[in-house]
Amino acid sequence: MDFTLKIWRQEDANAQGSMKEYKVTDIDSDTSFLETLDVLNQQLVEKNEDVISFDNDCREGVCGTCSLYINGEAHGPKKLVTTCQLYMRSFKDGQTIYIEPFRAKSFPIVKDLVVDRSAFDRIQQSGGYTSFDTGGAVDANAILIPKEDAADAFDAAECIGCGACVATCKNSSAMLYVSAKVSQFAYLPQGRVEATERVMNMVNQMDAEGFGNCTNTGACEVECPKGISLENIARLNREFLKATLVPK
Amino acid sequence: MSRFLSSSIGRKVVMALTGFFLITFLIVHLGINLSLFWGPEAFNEASEFMATNGVIQVMQYVLAAGFIMHIILGVKLELQNRSSRGVKYAVNKPSENSSFSSRNMIVTGIIVLLFLILHLKDFFVELKFFDKGGFSTDYDLVTALFKNPVYTAIYVIAFILLGIHLSHGFQSAFQSTGANYNKYKRCLKNTGIAFSILIAVGFSAIALYFSFIN
Ligand code: HEM
Ligand code: SF4
Ligand code: FES
Repeated sequence: MDFTLKIWRQEDANAQGSMKEYKVTDIDSDTSFLETLDVLNQQLVEKNEDVISFDNDCREGVCGTCSLYINGEAHGPKKLVTTCQLYMRSFKDGQTIYIEPFRAKSFPIVKDLVVDRSAFDRIQQSGGYTSFDTGGAVDANAILIPKEDAADAFDAAECIGCGACVATCKNSSAMLYVSAKVSQFAYLPQGRVEATERVMNMVNQMDAEGFGNCTNTGACEVECPKGISLENIARLNREFLKATLVPK
Repeated sequence: MSRFLSSSIGRKVVMALTGFFLITFLIVHLGINLSLFWGPEAFNEASEFMATNGVIQVMQYVLAAGFIMHIILGVKLELQNRSSRGVKYAVNKPSENSSFSSRNMIVTGIIVLLFLILHLKDFFVELKFFDKGGFSTDYDLVTALFKNPVYTAIYVIAFILLGIHLSHGFQSAFQSTGANYNKYKRCLKNTGIAFSILIAVGFSAIALYFSFIN
C-alpha cells in the first residue's frame, strides 16, 4: 500500500511548527501504524534528514505512551485501540493521512509529535494513591468487597493515562482521566480512607493545570482506547459534591 | 463551600441547577400559554393570576437571578474552554464522537438570550409597565403579536433552538450533578429528547395556531 502522510513537524517547544508532506510506498497492510512511521524515519535517516519524533514504548496497548491525532481522531479511526494497535489495513491504499500531536495547552509540545503529559503525573501525585503500612501479608479475603464494586474499580483502573480524552474533548477537559483515577478507589474500602482529600486534591490540581471544563459532550468516552465510561465522571461529580459540601 | 464554587465541577453543578430551575419555569410557562387555546377568559385569568400572586412575584426575581447566573457562568465556561486548546487541529472530526447540540450550547444559548430580550420587550414590559400596549386585555395583545408573520417566524425558530439546547442540556444537567448512572442513562437521554420536543412543538404550535388558524 502507498500513503501520503502529512505530519506536524516542530523543532522544539518554542519553534513555529507546520504540516510537512511525506510519501511511503510498498507498505504491507499488516504493518502497524508506528512501524510505518519507523519505515519513514529509516528513509529520513538514509537521506540524512531529521527523523520524526513520536512517543511509544510497549507497542501492545498497555503503557499509554503512544498518542497521535490521526485524520481528525485520537489514536486514529478505529475505536478501542491505541495508535500502536492500529494497522494500515484500516486505511485505503493511496489515502492521505494527517498526523498531528495531541493538542491541549496543558500538553505542551516537546518536539514534532511528542507532547509533555506530565500534567497527568502531577494530578496523580496529588491524590491518586492509597497509603498502607507495610508488614506481613494480610489474608486476601480479610476485607470483603461486593463483586459489582470490584468490577467497577477494575473497569476504571483500565485507564492507561494516554490523554486521548483531553486531545479529543472540544474543551480539552481531563475529567475522564481524573474520574477514572478517582473511581478506581472510590468503592473499595481501602480507598475510602483518603477519599475526601483525594478527590479535592486531584480536582484542584486538574483545574490548576489549566484543563478545560467538562460539558458532557461524551466525545472522550467514544475515543478512549480503554472504553472508560462517562459513568465515572458522574461518580467523580458525586464524590466531589460529597467532599466539599457534606461537613465532616 | 468556597472551594466548591471556585472549582470547575462546582461551577458546572450551579450551571445544572440553574438549568433545572429554568426547565421548571418553562413547564409553568407552557402551561399558562396553553390556556390560550381555551379562549380569552381562561388566558386572561391565568395571566391575572401570574401578575398578582405573591409567590409568583417573588419567583420573578429568583428567575431573573437564575437566568443571569446561567448566562454568566455559561459564557465564562465557554471562554475558558476555548482558550484551553491552544493550536487548533488541521483535521478534526468531532461529529464522529459527539452530538451537534452538545457542541453548540453557547450558540443556541445566545440566540435564545437574544430572543428572550425581544420577548421581554414585546410581552412582559408591555403588559407590566405600558398598560397592555394599548390593548384591552392580555389575550388581545398576545394574539395580535402572532398576526405578524415575521414575529411568529422568529418565535418558532427560537423555540426550535431552545429544543436543541435542551436535547443536550436536560441529560447533561443530570450528569453534572452526579445523578447519572449507566442504568438510567438511556432513560434520561430519551426523556430529555421527548421534553425538548414538547417544549419546541408546544410553544411553536401556539404561535402558529394564532398566526394562521385563529
Ligand atoms: C429557558 C432557557 C434555558 C434553559 C431551560 C437552559 C437549560 C440548560 C441546561 C439544562 C443546561 C445543562 C447544564 C449542564 O450541563 O449541567 C444548559 C447548559 C448551557 N446553557 Fe442553557 N438554558 C437556557 C438558556 C440559556 C441562555 C440564555 C444561555 C446564554 C448564554 C445559555 C447557555 C448555556 C451554555 C453555554 C450551556 C453549556 C454549559 C455546559 O454544558 O457546561 N442557556 N442550559
Ligand atoms: S480515560 Fe481513556 S483516553 Fe483518557 S487517559 Fe485514560 S485511557 Fe486514555
Ligand atoms: S506504545 Fe504503549 S500503549 Fe501504545
